Amino acid sequence: MRKLILALLVAASLTLPGVVAAKDIVIGFTASETGRLNADSIPQMHGFELWQKQVNSNGGIQVGDQHYKVRFAHYDDQSKSNRVQQLYARLVTDDGADFLFSPYSSGLTATAAVISEQYGKPMITTGAAEGKTYTLGNRYLFQLYTPADQYLASSLDAVKQKDPNAKVALVYSNDGFSTAAAQGAKDHAKKLGLNVVLDEAYDPSTSDFSSILNKVVSSGADVLIGGGHFADGSTLARQLQEQDLNLKMITLLVAPDTQKFADLGDAAYGVSVPSQWEPAAAFKPDFGPTSEAFTKAYQQAYDATPGYHAAGGYAAGLVLQHAIEQAGSIDADKVVAALNDMDATIFYGHVKFASEQSRHGLQVGHSMVLAQWQKDSSGKLTKEVVWPGSAQTAPLLYPIK
Amino acid sequence: MYGILASVINGLLVGAIYGLAGVGLTLIFGVMKVINLAHGAMIALGMFGLYFLAAYLGLNPYAALPVVLAGGFVVGVVVYWIAVHRVIGRAELMSLLATFAVSMIVIGLGTAAWSTSPFNVHVSLPGVSFGGYTIPGHHILASVLAIVVAGALYAFLYYTRLGKGIRAVANNREAAELMGIPSSRLLAVAFGLGIAVAAASGALIATLFPFTILSGASYELKSFVVTVLGGLGNPAGALLGGLLLGFIEGSVTPFISGSWTPVVEFTLFVVILIFFPQGLFRVGRGR
Repeated sequence: MRKLILALLVAASLTLPGVVAAKDIVIGFTASETGRLNADSIPQMHGFELWQKQVNSNGGIQVGDQHYKVRFAHYDDQSKSNRVQQLYARLVTDDGADFLFSPYSSGLTATAAVISEQYGKPMITTGAAEGKTYTLGNRYLFQLYTPADQYLASSLDAVKQKDPNAKVALVYSNDGFSTAAAQGAKDHAKKLGLNVVLDEAYDPSTSDFSSILNKVVSSGADVLIGGGHFADGSTLARQLQEQDLNLKMITLLVAPDTQKFADLGDAAYGVSVPSQWEPAAAFKPDFGPTSEAFTKAYQQAYDATPGYHAAGGYAAGLVLQHAIEQAGSIDADKVVAALNDMDATIFYGHVKFASEQSRHGLQVGHSMVLAQWQKDSSGKLTKEVVWPGSAQTAPLLYPIK
Repeated sequence: MYGILASVINGLLVGAIYGLAGVGLTLIFGVMKVINLAHGAMIALGMFGLYFLAAYLGLNPYAALPVVLAGGFVVGVVVYWIAVHRVIGRAELMSLLATFAVSMIVIGLGTAAWSTSPFNVHVSLPGVSFGGYTIPGHHILASVLAIVVAGALYAFLYYTRLGKGIRAVANNREAAELMGIPSSRLLAVAFGLGIAVAAASGALIATLFPFTILSGASYELKSFVVTVLGGLGNPAGALLGGLLLGFIEGSVTPFISGSWTPVVEFTLFVVILIFFPQGLFRVGRGR
């Protein structure tokens, strides 16, 4: 009897049309849920998760005539690169990841890239702007962020227009991303004819900036540009206010982009940040949600206004989904070919990857804006897009006071 | 010139707090020959202690300092009886592992409870300005308080019966016991005092800089440098060592990139270990 039932079930499963076993696409990543990068990394992870939730609730990713649900395999990398290397290998070998998202930060991503290349798994990198990794002949890496060397260009352009004789101090964390951004700034300042009077790198774990700020005073700088990530950038902003440096403009990397930066109160006022994306951005997407729809969904899910790390996380999922759908396959090489061909606009902006071997996967389509913390009519801190003029939601405050 | 002066003053101010942190570490080593690897975690607990007292009970951060000291003492005594007492007198590796385990537990629990996002205690006092440079008022006050706490500990150790008992146990535990001194209880008190001082230094650091549960690690490292400068087991030397370390940091940073400061510090650490293993503030050179 038991054999008969089993035989009937097998026969039914073979003959009934439209009954397809549920399939999963496994995407692996690590996030810095703890450690010094967690304030920047967690919103990026929330971006991944929001995309996953929306895709799965819409039936999954369409591959040919089948729908695949998205399943995540992820770990906390504790902001440590040695864990990233172990965990990405585990994601591929033990968890069966078909595709990868990058961890947060250029340093951790460079480590993860070794594994994605080794195992031939396409990896969409977000929260990782350093461009050097893309000049090493990697075939499976695709960068969503505008490269680091262009981060501070908009700030210098604004200074050049407002105050061509301004003296600029570069004070930055000596990690790979911030150093690349500072090097790009130095080159751009030279091109613009701006006077860089101080070039000072600091350890990423620095908590006491007193002596560095004394150097800024000694240099006679009007403008300070630099920073690194959230922990050091927010500390630097606070001490800039405590030591009353009277600067005309302050642009810091990464830290001022998050809503948490406003907790610094008056120390946040006037500080500007190069941003990959702002909620006010009104790009007409070729696919996926509008900025407004993404912002609303994110606010509902996490009770916070998304910054560009969150947007980058969501956009990474969206770009991968589109590439898989275009490829009509989850075969790594076919998806890579679709990513190479991508030239699209989504809520996050224009996305196009360099396909030539010398810089394969480098982001060449996306451009950045400059946002500044200002006060609204009720005195509440609010972030406004101040550069370029075409994207401006408020004029740049220069000088700050 | 003003720039160098401002940098040296800043260095000395923060050096006083390094010194206080070092006092806690060296007191414990001096009395019971335990290198406390939970020192950084206890500094971090002091930071969070002050934060919660200020943010949730509305206490003035400076008024909360005695509460942090008392809380640190209690935590120290508890940690002593749980993790340290049984390994006193055994191989040094045992006490290293025991205190390292305590550190891992505290950091693990702290990470789970408070994540590793930075916390701030908002303190703002009018500073002193000269030539465009500003020394923030809360840096000055934190440094004064660090010296006061270290001075109070010194007075306790030298002028009270309990303090003299602790010093007697440090000098010769067996002889002290023969004189009727309850050495185990005094070791617990000494450990409690060391942790209280570490927590107080953490609380003072929290009034200056943002912090996370991981922030104690860098001050633990500085505490080791400070204790080596001052001589292991010498609390007064540790305070002077802290001031010297701050002075060195303040003096070199106007001339070199900030990234090189740790290189200078730890080179100094090795040089002192080789040529002055008993510290700069002790008579006598290494064997």
